[in-house]
Order: sequence, then C-alpha cells, then structure tokens
Amino acid sequence: MNSFVEMDGVSLRYGDIDGTLAIERVDLGIKVGEFAAVVGPSGCGKSSLMKLVTGLLPPTSGTIRVAGHTVNGPLKIVGMAFQNPTLLPWRNTLSNTMLPFEIVQPHRSRLPFHKEEYAALAQKLLAAVGLGGFEQKQPWMLSGGMQQRASLCRALIHNPALLMLDEPFAALDAFTREELWAVLQDLWLEKKFTCTLVTHDLREAAYLADVIFVMSARPGRILATHRINLPRPRTLDMTYEPEFVAILQEIRREIAQARNEGRGIAAQAMAAPAKVTAS
Amino acid sequence: MTRGRRRLELAMPWIVIFGLLLFWQAVVMVFQIRPFILPAPTAIVAAFLEYREAIMAHALFTLVNTLTGFGIGIVVGVLLGIVIGSSRLAYAGLYPLLVGINSVPKAAIVPILVLWMGIGQPPAITTAFMLSFFPIAVNVATGLATVEPELEDVLRSLGASKLDILRKVGLPRTMPYFFAALKVAITLAFVGSVISETIASNDGIGYLMLQAASQFRVPLMFAGVFVIAGMGIATYMIFALLEGRFTSWATRRQETHFGGG
Repeated sequence: MNSFVEMDGVSLRYGDIDGTLAIERVDLGIKVGEFAAVVGPSGCGKSSLMKLVTGLLPPTSGTIRVAGHTVNGPLKIVGMAFQNPTLLPWRNTLSNTMLPFEIVQPHRSRLPFHKEEYAALAQKLLAAVGLGGFEQKQPWMLSGGMQQRASLCRALIHNPALLMLDEPFAALDAFTREELWAVLQDLWLEKKFTCTLVTHDLREAAYLADVIFVMSARPGRILATHRINLPRPRTLDMTYEPEFVAILQEIRREIAQARNEGRGIAAQAMAAPAKVTAS
Repeated sequence: MTRGRRRLELAMPWIVIFGLLLFWQAVVMVFQIRPFILPAPTAIVAAFLEYREAIMAHALFTLVNTLTGFGIGIVVGVLLGIVIGSSRLAYAGLYPLLVGINSVPKAAIVPILVLWMGIGQPPAITTAFMLSFFPIAVNVATGLATVEPELEDVLRSLGASKLDILRKVGLPRTMPYFFAALKVAITLAFVGSVISETIASNDGIGYLMLQAASQFRVPLMFAGVFVIAGMGIATYMIFALLEGRFTSWATRRQETHFGGG
C-alpha cells in the first residue's frame, strides 16, 4: 500500500438513515505526486468526495487515509480551489495569494519577521501563472480567468502536499480554460504535488490527469479507472489526435451507460413502488 | 459624468434644504400664520440666537448621552452579532428574544428605567443604547452568517481555527453591514436619548423642548428640533465618511457620495 490518498469502502449519507446516499462503497488510491481526475454526471457526489478526502466531512462508513494517517478532521496540508475564485475583495492580489502564510505553520510565526521573503515567493508564483504586474490590483479589477489564476496561486503558495480542485475552470470561456490547463500542468510538472481534479469536462480530465476515476450517477460509485499514459508535457494539439479521442469516447460511453442505469433504476422504482418499500 | 453635474450633485442637499426653508418662510408670511402654530424660519433662528447658550448646553448633554449609549450599543451589538452569527444554536435561542426586546416601544420602558436609575443621564444613556444595539447585532450576524462556504473550506483545510476564520474572513466581510448598521443606529440613539429626556430629565434637548412647549414658546421648540436634526445629520455623515474609507471595496461601483450611501 503506497497510495498517498486511500479510500476503502467509503460511503456517505447526508442526514439520517433515510437520507440521501451520496457516495456508495468507493475504493480508490492515488499515489504520491499523481494527478488524478474524477469525472461523472452532475450530482454524482464528486464534490462530496473532495470534502471526504480533505476531512471536511466525515464518512458514514469506510476509512480514508491520507499520507498514512486515518482522516478524522480537516487536513492541514491541503490547497483548494473552486469554480468560484473566492478571493477576498478587500485584499489585493498579492495579499490574497499570501493568505495561507497567515494560517499555516511554520509560515504563520515567521511571516511577521520575513514579510519580504514571503512576498517574493508569492510574486514569483504570480509571475509564473502570468499575473506579474497585477500584484497590487484588487480582485474585482481582474478578469474571471485572472481571478482563477490568483485562486490557483493561493491554493499552491504554501506548497501543499495535496491539491484539491473542484471544477476550477468550469466558469471560464473555452480559450481561457485551455490556457489554464497548460498553466496547471506546468505548475504540476515543476512541483509534483499530489492533485485531485473534479471535473465534468472529459477533455480537461484526459489532458491533465495520470489517472481518471469515472463515477456513476447518484449514489456515486467508481465505475472505472483509466490510466492515461500519454507523454508529458501534453499539448493541446494532442487532444485532437486519434489516440486521445479514443480514450474520450470510451469514458463517454461509460458515463452514458451509468446515466442510463441510473434512469433504469428510477424507472423500475416508479413502475413497482411496492417492491422498493418492501426492500 | 460632467464636472458641472457633479458639482450640482454635491450642492443638491443644500439647494433642497434652502428651497424648503424659503417655501416655509413664504407660506408663513403669505398666510400670516401665527408664531405659536408654525413659526417662520427667521423666528426660529432668532430664538436660537437668543437662547443659544442654554440650547448649546442642553444639546451637549444630549450629544454626550447619545454617544455614550451608542458606544455601549456598538460594543454589545458587535459581540452579540458575533455570537449569533457564528453559532446556529445561539441564533435559534437569542434571535426571538432580541426581536421581542426590539418590538417594545422604548417610551414604555423609560418609566421602568427611572424607577431603577432615577432621572437624567442614566435612563437617557440606557434608552439610546437599547435602540441602537439591535440593528448592529442583526447586521453583524447577517454578515457573518453569509460567509461563502467554499471560503470557509479553503481556510479550514489550511488548518484555520474558528477564530482565524472570524479574523481573516468573517469580520472584514462584515464591515459593510456594520457601517450600514451604524448609520441607522446613530439616528436611533438620538431618538432614544431625546425620548428619555422628554419623560424624565432636567437637562437635554428633550427637556428643553418640553419646557418650551409648556410655555408656548414654539420658536424655541423648533430651534430644539433643528439642533437635534443637525446633530443627527453630522454624526451620520461622519459614519458615512468612515464607511467610504474602510469599505471602499464593497461600494466600488458607485462613487462615494457625501452622506449619500
């Protein structure tokens, strides 16, 4: 067992015993430095999966281990970014990026005495994602894509061992999105953090990830695991090559199947309600 | 916006006030309304000049009471707001009680306060406090309760404590709500202290007006009203200015108007 993130028979039910079953018996493993993607139809519990791994939600059953320790509370080694950039509007871009330094030890104690050093780190990262020169701008002066770049910087500035991304590019236009894929890949190739990307964009998943977990409709289960063995760094041109397209089509088929099964179960339930209540 | 229009916008409050006063003066003169029904603005100014020392002394008394009550109101309101805004249990338990307290007409409470504290300053300060803490508590609580869950997740997954989240996100985010509440609360604090002075005091603008009324010195009464209104506007503008300084990030789309927000 050399997985960095390990889920073993994890289920999650919201509310009481008769509440919605969001995730059912999920087993998965993500190795150190691996880029994993979780794809699936909307409402399949992808975001719940993220909250489970980071310890923000306790599982109803099963165990989750990260870095060899059982998760039983919020982890402190995680960087997160969401679809919404969630930058603090009263801070400029530099100060937003430096927020984790004010929370995470040992930076927290060192920050007051080494402000310059930390600011230089943040400036370097901002420059790496193409935000050089925007340090003093307030978030609302930046475009959506730039805000999302800043949000990525905030998630990565303290070199977290684990990066969790919840549909970070979903609200962006296609060109900006593809640009940010490249930015993220470059950062990952440089720093080699373990990364989990939740997305519904199959091209995005296949372009970025080493391994793709396909989830079923609710309750979410892992239907299939794909290894993407394309060489790095990957280019956008590669996403139009037959090999890449074949991978996409296979995943798409599995998701379609999952959706149909989901509908089939719902149809059965409607056709024979007595049976369902009896079980 | 052109510069002329901007200047006009800045001048608008004065134009409206002076226009109203002129209209008032004209109405009183044309219809020959007697001074003890509605005194003309000139008569009010004359009364103010004649009694200015007494008026200013009473006004200062009222101002001190109001600001003291308001200051306590800020402290209690912010603390209550933090408790209510960060704990669902506290919200469920305290909110109905607060609404209940706020619904009681404060004029009805003053006699009770007098029974406990005597007349003059103590009940005036308490009434000002009771009227002003509620909007502050409610607004601070709202600001804290509406922090984006994702932002909280980001901080919690960095290992932030509840206090960290409050300091880094909750309180800064609540500032616009807080300042909006201050502007409402300061005017309410004036209402509170003047009510109390009217009922039970030997000092203050409220007392002055009651005395003037009993002697039918109507211009003096109006002078008192104007002084209260003036103090209300002045304190309101101070907080509007502070608001513009501290929460410019929240009002970035509109220009900061003098007392306009």
